[in-house]
Amino acid sequence: MNKDKQLLADIEDAIANCMKCGNCMEVCPVYKEIQSEAAVARGKISLIEAVLSGNAQITEGFDARMAMCVSCKACAAKCPCGVKADELILRGRQAAVKARGLNPIKKKIFKLLANRTLFDLALRMAGLFGPLQMKKLPGHLAVVARFPLPGLDRRRVLAPFASTPLRSQFPETMPIEKPRMKVAFFTGCTINYVYTDIGRAVINVLKANDAEITMPARQHCCGTPVYMAGDVELAKIFAKHNIETFERAHADYIVAACGSCAEAFKIEYPELFDDDPELQARAKKLAVKTYEISEFLVDIVKFRKDKLGPINAAVTMHDPCHMARGIKVTTQPRAILAAIPGVSFIEMKEPARCCGAGGSFSLVHYEVARKINDRKIADIAATAADTVATSCGSCRMHIIDGLVQNGKTQDCVHVVQLLAKAYEAGKVSTPAK
Amino acid sequence: MESRLINDLKKIVGEQNILTSKEDLLCYAYDATPGFSHMPEAVVSPADTDEVSRVLILANNEKIPVYPRGSGTNLSAGTVPTKGGIVLLMTRFNKIIEVDDANLVAIAEPGVIVAELNKAVEEFGLIYPPDPGTVTTATLGGTVSENAGGLRGLKYGVSKHYVMGLEVVLADGSILKTGGKNVKDVAGYDLTKLFTGAEGTLGVITRIIVKLVPAPEAKKSMMAIFSNLDNAGKAIAAIIASKVIPATLEILDNATIRTVEDYAKVGLPIEAEAVLLIEVDGIPEVVEKEAAKVTEVLKANHADKIQVAQDAAERDKIWAARRAALPALAKLRPTTFTEDATVPRSKVPDMIRAVNQAAAKYNVTIGTFGHAGDGNLHPTIVCDLRDKAEMERVYQAMDEIFTTAIRLGGTLSGEHGIGLGKLKYMEDQFGAVGIRTMRTIKKALDPNCILNPGKLVGEC
Repeated sequence: MNKDKQLLADIEDAIANCMKCGNCMEVCPVYKEIQSEAAVARGKISLIEAVLSGNAQITEGFDARMAMCVSCKACAAKCPCGVKADELILRGRQAAVKARGLNPIKKKIFKLLANRTLFDLALRMAGLFGPLQMKKLPGHLAVVARFPLPGLDRRRVLAPFASTPLRSQFPETMPIEKPRMKVAFFTGCTINYVYTDIGRAVINVLKANDAEITMPARQHCCGTPVYMAGDVELAKIFAKHNIETFERAHADYIVAACGSCAEAFKIEYPELFDDDPELQARAKKLAVKTYEISEFLVDIVKFRKDKLGPINAAVTMHDPCHMARGIKVTTQPRAILAAIPGVSFIEMKEPARCCGAGGSFSLVHYEVARKINDRKIADIAATAADTVATSCGSCRMHIIDGLVQNGKTQDCVHVVQLLAKAYEAGKVSTPAK
Repeated sequence: MESRLINDLKKIVGEQNILTSKEDLLCYAYDATPGFSHMPEAVVSPADTDEVSRVLILANNEKIPVYPRGSGTNLSAGTVPTKGGIVLLMTRFNKIIEVDDANLVAIAEPGVIVAELNKAVEEFGLIYPPDPGTVTTATLGGTVSENAGGLRGLKYGVSKHYVMGLEVVLADGSILKTGGKNVKDVAGYDLTKLFTGAEGTLGVITRIIVKLVPAPEAKKSMMAIFSNLDNAGKAIAAIIASKVIPATLEILDNATIRTVEDYAKVGLPIEAEAVLLIEVDGIPEVVEKEAAKVTEVLKANHADKIQVAQDAAERDKIWAARRAALPALAKLRPTTFTEDATVPRSKVPDMIRAVNQAAAKYNVTIGTFGHAGDGNLHPTIVCDLRDKAEMERVYQAMDEIFTTAIRLGGTLSGEHGIGLGKLKYMEDQFGAVGIRTMRTIKKALDPNCILNPGKLVGEC
């Protein structure tokens, strides 16, 4: 058996557990739009089975169908047989990468990603020269392209790259008087290079709760995007780099403000080093002290509520897939919103339904991502909320795109931004003691 | 399939509504039935009745097999394209055309998801009672074609009790309309019933008129635990004899109880021989009265423990055990066969015992749960399709289960249909004359045997 197939053979038993009952069809956002069996988990599993049994090859068509998945994990959560279809599909992608290599565009991007210094430089340049290419949209932290960009839909609304990345705006460590704890902030790329406003909110909120913050300068992309694309080897390089970097930080806790980044540290890193017990042990050590920001504030810090000022907003909440089904953090962001005076919370229909962003999925399959997102926007609109809170930069960008495309005026922010705003309002309403 | 024919099909449904690449075809080689798989040559999704008609005219002229298909959740291999040809994907027929609350009728296309239909009629205070386990995925057309049932079958019956009229495209492309909105309609042969449950062997359903019923105002659930299977059996018969028809009356056997408890920890006693789960529904006063009557009967038949749900949370807790039955069993082994052998309700304990004997005799794992009130049991065999020796024993156990059901005066299928899965037992149930009659009907309506060939009545 060749190596590509060996990757699939490992999961043969897991694949056999799929009884093709079709329950995944009910919850698959991609299937809902495309209505093709190849779009849904049971179809993809059948394709992998066909490769294993020799009835099919790992072709371009196989690759394309494995890519048709937002990795929202809804199928796995729904499956009566406990088949972790999301992981099996990733394995299918890995096999495809092994057999056929990465697609040339992804290869280029990943090559850039792999070189931290070059990556940093490129995204800084994007921040400096972005305004030439991107036109600011009023009302939102959003831009659209002035000129066509390869691989990007012209209509798509993005966010501007920051002219100064977050980690360059602050010193690496931010000591405070009488710190209760030392927290290492894993910013992730989206917050560092694009949504620096989320990063600043995280810093302010942690400071308001007497945490000494360190943002390790050498931290790198969490690796989830390359892992999701099937490039495990590169994901391991990223993971190892981040493990080493955060070990050196000697922090009490590691905090991320993104479900996927938190999931990488908490779940993926230990799993990635199945074949390397030493590194796996180190990954596990970091995993147990890693938290998503809302989870951290509610479960660990028991964040201060006495310093919160009022914010008048009607807020609804979108649960990112990797929050809801990845690290299973959904009550904590709501607890934060509930603590903010003046916020009226309105739950939307299916708050944990995928918004369609799916990491790079929405870049490659914009049409489908748009359709999935239109349902989310309709659910948001039905709540009469003026603000959508979420916990993922990628979701935020995609939802803002959807709001603009659908002519809606709501804004979309990270939960922690509302909390930071409330602490800010608290300073104004209660002058320093 | 020749490219000439593919081109002709493209002309009918449009290029984007036909799939021919190997990767896509592989995804239509199966349904939810283990052990059957065969690739079609094309998957065709028509948009309207006219397109269906034109596809059938073409297929009939060229003698190409056509397999009508919805979501493919059926458990009888009824939608597996065993002879290649065309999978006729009906999911684009997804409109609810009318909810006529004055006549308690809805008109819908076959691709509508059953749960969506129920959502649409809910605002009129109505329900469409057939509720198979896959109600959130299965299409109306599929459930009508398979004559699907569900948990509420005891009181409300199966699909055929709700289908009032159909639009069907026949094998030669002609369009037949049957039935209508009339509650009383005794004119002519009952063609509506003929096509309901025909499993796509007689025509392609393109429009469905269904009967709706008022949603019950109140529901009450209870659970009774029996250390003796016979007492549970007697209780089932006695509940009905006391003139209470519960909406739902379910049973879990010992193997299922143990598995469910191990998996879901819902607090079931693992020594119990049977658990009955009962729900009565209707007008609040009647529900209270009926619930009291059921409790009385359960006590009289030596239930060890009776739990009556006092609120929605307790009701959920009771049904959690039933919901966990299939997943818990399915997780034991890779392959899961959920059969639906059905016997007169008084024979339920005999049937459960026979299943257990078959399991022991052939050394296979079988848990039985199901709709005890209507005698519709789900002996669920878990195994590994890849283990040839085990599969040999599984098929022997299945033979014994189905022949026993028939010997007890039962039927091969309470709600899943025949398809390919139970084809070999058909003559046992219907006799030579029965099969000949069915084949005569099939030949009369589909002389070239293009519609779901080889299924239900076998080769013709």
